[in-house]
Amino acid sequence: MSSVQAVADDPHRLGHRQDTRRAGPSKRIVVGYGFWIFLLSDIVMFSAFFATYAVLADRRAGGPGGSDLFDLRNVGIETACLLLSSFTCGVASIGALRRRDWFYGAMAATFILGAAFLALEIREFAGLVARGAGPTRSAFLSAFFTLVGLHGLHVTAGLLWLLTMMAQTFAKGYRTDILRRMLCFSLFWHALDIIWVALFTVVYLLGVRS
Amino acid sequence: MTEPTRMADDEEPGGTTADEAFDGANITDGFTTYVVGLGLSALLTAISFFIVTTTLVWQPSIPVALVVLAIAQMGVHLVFFLHITSGPDNANNVMALAFGVLVVLLLIGGSLWIMSHLNHNMPAMDQMMRMQ
Amino acid sequence: MNLLGKLSWAAVPLDQPIPMIASSVVALAIVGVLVWVVWRGWFPYLWREWITSVDHKRIGIMYIALAMVMLLRGFADAIMMRSQQAVAFRAPGFLPPEHYDQIFSAHGTLMIFFVAMPFVIGLMNFVVPLQLGVRDVAFPTFNSVGFWLTATGALLVNISLVVGEFARTSWLPYPPLSELTYSPGVGVDYYLWAIEISGAGTLIAGINLVTTILKLHAPGMTYLRMPMFCWTSLASNLLIVAAFPILTATLAMLLLDRYLGFHFFTNEAGGNMMMFMNLIWSWGHPEVYILILPAFGIFSEVVSTFSGKPLFGYRSMVIATMAICILSFIVWLHHFFTMGAGPDVNAVFGIATMVIAVPTGVKVFNWLFTMYGGRIVYTTPMLWSIGFMVTFVIGGMTGVLLAVPPADFMLHNSLFLVAHFHNVIIGGVLFGAFAGYTFWFPKAFGFRLHEGFGKAAFWCWTLGFYTAFMPLYALGLMGMTRRMQHYDVAAWHPWLLVAAAGAAIILVGIIFQVAQLVVSVRRRDELRDATGDPWNGRSLEWSIPSPPPSFNFAVLPEVEGEEAYWGVKRRQHEALGDEPEYAEIEMPRNSPTGFVCAFFATIMGFALIWYIWWLAAAAAVGAFATFVAFAWRDRNEDAIPASEVARIDRANRSARTEAFARQQVRS
Repeated sequence: MSSVQAVADDPHRLGHRQDTRRAGPSKRIVVGYGFWIFLLSDIVMFSAFFATYAVLADRRAGGPGGSDLFDLRNVGIETACLLLSSFTCGVASIGALRRRDWFYGAMAATFILGAAFLALEIREFAGLVARGAGPTRSAFLSAFFTLVGLHGLHVTAGLLWLLTMMAQTFAKGYRTDILRRMLCFSLFWHALDIIWVALFTVVYLLGVRS
Repeated sequence: MTEPTRMADDEEPGGTTADEAFDGANITDGFTTYVVGLGLSALLTAISFFIVTTTLVWQPSIPVALVVLAIAQMGVHLVFFLHITSGPDNANNVMALAFGVLVVLLLIGGSLWIMSHLNHNMPAMDQMMRMQ
Repeated sequence: MNLLGKLSWAAVPLDQPIPMIASSVVALAIVGVLVWVVWRGWFPYLWREWITSVDHKRIGIMYIALAMVMLLRGFADAIMMRSQQAVAFRAPGFLPPEHYDQIFSAHGTLMIFFVAMPFVIGLMNFVVPLQLGVRDVAFPTFNSVGFWLTATGALLVNISLVVGEFARTSWLPYPPLSELTYSPGVGVDYYLWAIEISGAGTLIAGINLVTTILKLHAPGMTYLRMPMFCWTSLASNLLIVAAFPILTATLAMLLLDRYLGFHFFTNEAGGNMMMFMNLIWSWGHPEVYILILPAFGIFSEVVSTFSGKPLFGYRSMVIATMAICILSFIVWLHHFFTMGAGPDVNAVFGIATMVIAVPTGVKVFNWLFTMYGGRIVYTTPMLWSIGFMVTFVIGGMTGVLLAVPPADFMLHNSLFLVAHFHNVIIGGVLFGAFAGYTFWFPKAFGFRLHEGFGKAAFWCWTLGFYTAFMPLYALGLMGMTRRMQHYDVAAWHPWLLVAAAGAAIILVGIIFQVAQLVVSVRRRDELRDATGDPWNGRSLEWSIPSPPPSFNFAVLPEVEGEEAYWGVKRRQHEALGDEPEYAEIEMPRNSPTGFVCAFFATIMGFALIWYIWWLAAAAAVGAFATFVAFAWRDRNEDAIPASEVARIDRANRSARTEAFARQQVRS
């Protein structure tokens, strides 16, 4: 019986040799796509906070607003740190795929830049609170602290993840499943930078003019 | 009796399957996209900060300009860092992204439209006091 | 700082008989079941095969079991509400307002989040991989985490019955009532943490199923060859991924207001409580489509199977489904027409709401055309489907009526609205869930459910539903508002008595369903499904044994058209062909990650509710440590040797051959 005929009678291969063709895409593609979907859900969550910020931006309850509080130089340095860290993360992901040990250097650089970003942001928040412009002062400030703070929390989680990735790679080498996680981590880190672009534009650059 | 059609092999977002012939090949290939992405992003960021701090630009146009620059920079990130392309192997990634963007636009745009109408018809306490 | 935060013995409502009796009964039942399980030595089996399982079939069954248990609790609340309203005419009734408010809040919260959602997610989890011809979902361990987090949410809501109180702010906690100033107790916090935690679980399920449907298919199964249930599951899960983050964000803002004194929705310092309504309904509307779309898919499967015809208009169904998916994001304002956005905004959303009825109409006509000219078999699932078609259409029409803003100004928050949404949720989601439950039960357990009890349950539910809810339409038109603890309008009283009778009829229906399950288990040998295909099905899940082996398909099927199994059946002779060549199959290993994570999540939620900060922090660390421990494991899969696969498949093949031979003899 020809194989074409065999397939016609029995497409479920209930009586014939198992096909050795791959039944679907590789795990890397599946995991990457799943994480991509998660990132999109995260971006929708951020947009809910963005919408709230936009709606509450002029609700200052007689308190200070963006033009009083925002320091563009600080924001510029934060942006530079995060953008550069995105670049070093890209370098690190190439290093992981090629199993080169400058992977660790690139990851360390990413960590330092990310930590610098966080340190500047925490300093900014502390300063605002000290000036009586904390999140409980007005709806505008609640929205500001929450939106920017949520991004900062994501960066913090990312830094913890980064350290875990470095530890895992050190302990187990450039194993396939660890490379999949590295893919997810780099997607996450780049997405955080994309959100920061929206953040510094909408919150700081537009806010400082009000 | 035709061969059963198969779905095209997809590429994962973030690009580059591990199977690709990367070992030993031109190191510069991979780096180039990141360097170009970094350069373009830095440029767009610098322009954004510049137009806010300068008086050379017509003031009322600034919000629109900033938004356009931000969208451009997000596009740069998507293409150069996340390797989103328009190829058929990337179709699922692009569709998912498009769906996400649609939801974001509906949520933010819709909320702003609705809330501005609501606030107009029912102003906040302090605004009502000021109106009196 | 008190080591136990706000928690003290005063939290237990010893002076209120109803919650004390209810919780004692439940506690006794739980302890009784646990003792029975341990005494019979079933605990190691349960731990190994169910609690730590990452198998989509087991997880699906657990989701549905959770839903059914919570249905009993939510229905108990409903009985109490109907009884209260039946007697509280110019009388205080037996439920004081503070208690009545908690009951209707718990009723809605449980029914939406812990009955309807787990039921449809459970059915999608069980069926979708089987219909796609694959061995499991994309992320099996993650799937387990999602289920257990949902269970955590249910547990927290139920604990509030005994320790503390539940929210009094209804199933969506509108500020400023839900802010700390006006709800200083723990009730709203119970609600918020339960929903945030289970919302994370739902999002996990959504990501999992979207990835599975879009990326994992048997060879030859292109998108346009997927069964309709897979398409509607795709649309529903895309909505989950897009909408649930909005819920998470909005409830987080309310939590920040309550815990840290922020001003998102407060009366003072510039808060805007209308923004809460806006955001919560931009989640809330897609949510109802998340619930109904899988039900639509179930009806497509059931109607085509029991009409003996392929689904009419497959492509138009796909387009209609994806249209509903997109349109569900542009109608949300119809939930607050009366909040004052003005005529332009109201008109746009009113028209959009009417437009969204069109693709649903397309689907109803396609089901009718599927039935037309077919040989209809009136099994229980088919009865539920026909009942759905009538009931849901009525409910949909009242929805279009409400979509007209001037009409809504009269009917908003009246019992007309309550009747409408129960009409579509019971008639649509619940009837669909019951149809799916009856339809796929034999696949899951290897024996059918008793038909007689099933039909009796259907008729009681249908009769009971109409008796309970049609009066509510009349009451809404007469001006009765929802959630009333007492009233003094004489004209309303008889209608509410009828409605209470309807609830009692539904209770009989539920009793029949419980009886059906018990009797079917007892008589399972008589009701055995030996072939794996008790309904003469059309899609791939009917080509494997009942219950399926852990790996689903011994050899992955090759698909060449729509209705992947039907064509094969038509061409195949009853004798199966030669044995295939068996190969080793790798399946993901079971893992306690889901259960342990949820354990820590429960403790963290409880600690946050009662302001026990040290405990919350410790639990958070525990949850993180669980993830790291999971990430550190070296072996992700177990291999099932080819000989084992062969043994299982040979047993099933011989059972199938025997059953076919018996059918030949009989026919």
